[in-house]
Amino acid sequence: MKASILRFVLKRIALGLLTLFIVSLLIFAVTQALPSDPAEAILGREATPEALEALRADFGLDKPIVVQYTNWLSGVLTGDLGTSYATSTSVSEYIGPRVGASFFLLLIAAVGSIPLSIVVGANAALRRDRKFDTTSSLVSLILAAMPEFVVGTILTIIFSTTIWQLLPAVTYLEVGAPPWSDMKGLILPVLTLLIAVTPYVARVMRAAMVEVLESDYVEMARLKGMNERTVLWRHAMPNAVGPAFQVIALNLAYLAGGVIIVERLFNFPGIGSALADAVRSRDLPVIQFLALIIAAVYVLTNLLADIGTVLVTPRLRTRLK
Amino acid sequence: MSSASGLRIIDLRLNVAATGNDIVDGINLTIEKGRVLGLVGESGSGKTTVGLAVLSHARRGVEVAHGQIFCGDTEVLALDNEAKRKIRGELVSYVPQDPASSLNPALRIGKQLIEVLEAHNFGGSDEARKARIKEMMAEVLLPTDDEYLERYPHQLSGGQQQRVGLAMAFACRPSVIVLDEPTTGLDVSTQEHVLKTIRQLTRDHGVAALYITHDLAVIADLADDVAVMYSGRVVEQGEVSEIFKNPAHPYTRHLVAAAPDIASKKSIIGLTGRAQSPGKRPVGCAFAARCELVEDACRVEFPKMVLVGGRQTAACIKATQVASVMISSAKPVSARTVGEPVVELVSVSAGYSGNTVVHDVSLTIRKGECLALVGESGSGKTTVSRAIGGLHREWTGSIRLNGRELKTMARQRAVADRLAIQYVFQNPYGSLNPRRTVGDSIVRPLVIDGKSKHDARRSVLEVLDKVSLPGSYANKYPDQLSGGERQRIAIARALVSEPEVLVCDEVTSALDVLVQAAIVDLLSDLRRQLGLAMLFVTHNLPLVRSIADEVAVMSEGRIVEVGPSESVIGNPQQQYTQSLISATPSIERSMR
Repeated sequence: MKASILRFVLKRIALGLLTLFIVSLLIFAVTQALPSDPAEAILGREATPEALEALRADFGLDKPIVVQYTNWLSGVLTGDLGTSYATSTSVSEYIGPRVGASFFLLLIAAVGSIPLSIVVGANAALRRDRKFDTTSSLVSLILAAMPEFVVGTILTIIFSTTIWQLLPAVTYLEVGAPPWSDMKGLILPVLTLLIAVTPYVARVMRAAMVEVLESDYVEMARLKGMNERTVLWRHAMPNAVGPAFQVIALNLAYLAGGVIIVERLFNFPGIGSALADAVRSRDLPVIQFLALIIAAVYVLTNLLADIGTVLVTPRLRTRLK
Repeated sequence: MSSASGLRIIDLRLNVAATGNDIVDGINLTIEKGRVLGLVGESGSGKTTVGLAVLSHARRGVEVAHGQIFCGDTEVLALDNEAKRKIRGELVSYVPQDPASSLNPALRIGKQLIEVLEAHNFGGSDEARKARIKEMMAEVLLPTDDEYLERYPHQLSGGQQQRVGLAMAFACRPSVIVLDEPTTGLDVSTQEHVLKTIRQLTRDHGVAALYITHDLAVIADLADDVAVMYSGRVVEQGEVSEIFKNPAHPYTRHLVAAAPDIASKKSIIGLTGRAQSPGKRPVGCAFAARCELVEDACRVEFPKMVLVGGRQTAACIKATQVASVMISSAKPVSARTVGEPVVELVSVSAGYSGNTVVHDVSLTIRKGECLALVGESGSGKTTVSRAIGGLHREWTGSIRLNGRELKTMARQRAVADRLAIQYVFQNPYGSLNPRRTVGDSIVRPLVIDGKSKHDARRSVLEVLDKVSLPGSYANKYPDQLSGGERQRIAIARALVSEPEVLVCDEVTSALDVLVQAAIVDLLSDLRRQLGLAMLFVTHNLPLVRSIADEVAVMSEGRIVEVGPSESVIGNPQQQYTQSLISATPSIERSMR
């Protein structure tokens, strides 16, 4: 039993690594195929051809693409992520603290949104067609329809500029400083991310819960004389969270991309702003690594969701060989 | 109140909460301790609504309008929520229809059993409760070891799941038990064991049992009393022998006439029309619209219960005359003519991803003849029929149509061969495209065949007429039709390409008996008129006797017995067939 689950997890990890390898190929192909020239982006239009040529050679851009790729991949695998074109510092030094800051942001958003959306969704299902359900459905639909930058802007208007000046409109966080050193500045970005994710998950949770509450086994639990708490937590919840896991994973993965806009909006020093800067200056090593990180978040969250679903679903769990 | 009465339902009415229309009304039932009352009726007649009311439970959108239900001395409808919770599972318990969906897939069966005892603080200690669980598992003939109790529901067979349901229901020694079609979907041999267990437990523990079912033969076999429901009312009740020997309500008479019986070759008689849903029911007798004895007085008010004799009462103003007036108008069974072989199977074996599940099956279906392929679930009967229809990929051997070798899959076969073999599926709710009108669904094969629009239109009207539906049905959508009408459409779609062979896969198993009889009647007529060769795949042995000329019995992928249906069912030679037949409940056998 235990061994079979371990085997399943290892298989999924192997598949995840394969996915990442294919993604790395795509990232490399796409970034190298960009029509612009990093050397020109750095030296400007007036640079002499010789200077451009020298810089390209410096970056290794004159080598055949396969060589460039294998150099890059072996670098990634050995922890040498190359040197940023724009800042001339090592990519790991440049990106490291930003990745940490972004992950911290994501983590708080996830820790907040998962229980919140499960509680809201489950409650809406329990009070189906009553006030809480209709209100929460309407509110979550409105919130889900708004893109993050609109939500973020509205929050800024409400809490830091026009109406109340309670919270800072931007984050004052030094790169490399621990993200929790500016707690006040974290509130709005986290709130924006929460609002971006919670409605979707809550709606899926509600749908899953409605289906489970209508099921024969929940009716049977009531007819056996179980109290409502037991019906809800023992009989209904375990069967409803399985489908919700998948949506939570997709949304967290989406956050990894969506965080770019939110970070930009609040000037939060994470991977989002780093990626935007890197794209502007054609800083290929940074772009490539960040894209790989975001892909890894996708793969990892989906992996966790699949494992989670299997663990809470005996039918799937016992089928493992 | 007499202490012998286990369950008393008095003038019960339940409404659709939103509209106030009655779902069931005027229900009066009494079940003494140790007795089983069978509640029969077609789907939508309100049986389950009554059954759940006994546990003081109403489904979403349903509310109790008035009435009293006494389980022992407790009036369950008057209890507050906490008291209701307490009596459920302890004083009165429930065995659901589908054990597979009623056991929680996420919980081990041991947990699901013991939590009932814990909820009612039965036994006082964990050790006592564990001992009680083992005792119950033994009573329902299941293993009592811990490993078994650690299993999840999906690791049990259907019969085992239903036994767990029974163990759960009897665990707290209730005095009333409601069984809602607990054997529907089980194979006959499993059903026989489950029924035996139910009978044993109710007698031994003096439980009053309400057994809900649409299967008259099960009632005849198991119950002491019967109540027949139609359109939310009890129309007749009495002792089993009274009702089955001398049904006094025209509806009951039709039910009995429509039920096939394993003990005799009986031409079953269907009835068209259907019961109206809540809100559309007529003022008087709801059966008036379908009744041949109807007169003006029937439409004025709901008829009072009339004492027919003994304990038998019927809600019909002509109850005492019905028996003499209604004679079953059985069609003469036409003499059998032996036609030319149309489909021949020679040594067909079939399987799924390398596992052979059908071994060396050889069969012949003749022109104008119906061959029934019977067997329990998993016997391979559907796989054989799918191979004939070209819907199954993995098979070897030879299937010939009029002597020509057929290719494996339908799409490799010549158009003429494809049109010649038509398939009617089990579930009429899933086999018609909900986005297409019935006419469009029927016309599809002709469009593929390249017929002109005008010709196709005319063919549609012709086949609708053949299946006894008006031409206006061509413009309807499937959701506007009843189950029986949908199955007629599915048959019409098969007929439109003028096939030689009709493969019917459990085509009546989703239908009520009256509708089933009408469909069987239709198929027999069509076979005679059009000279169709028919393969009728079913698990329903009694039905075989009423429809088929020849029968092939399958078990574990092999044909165990084949021959004329009268001799195979009437005088089976193989032990397997004998055991199947003796496990099948029969009204006639029970009444002897």
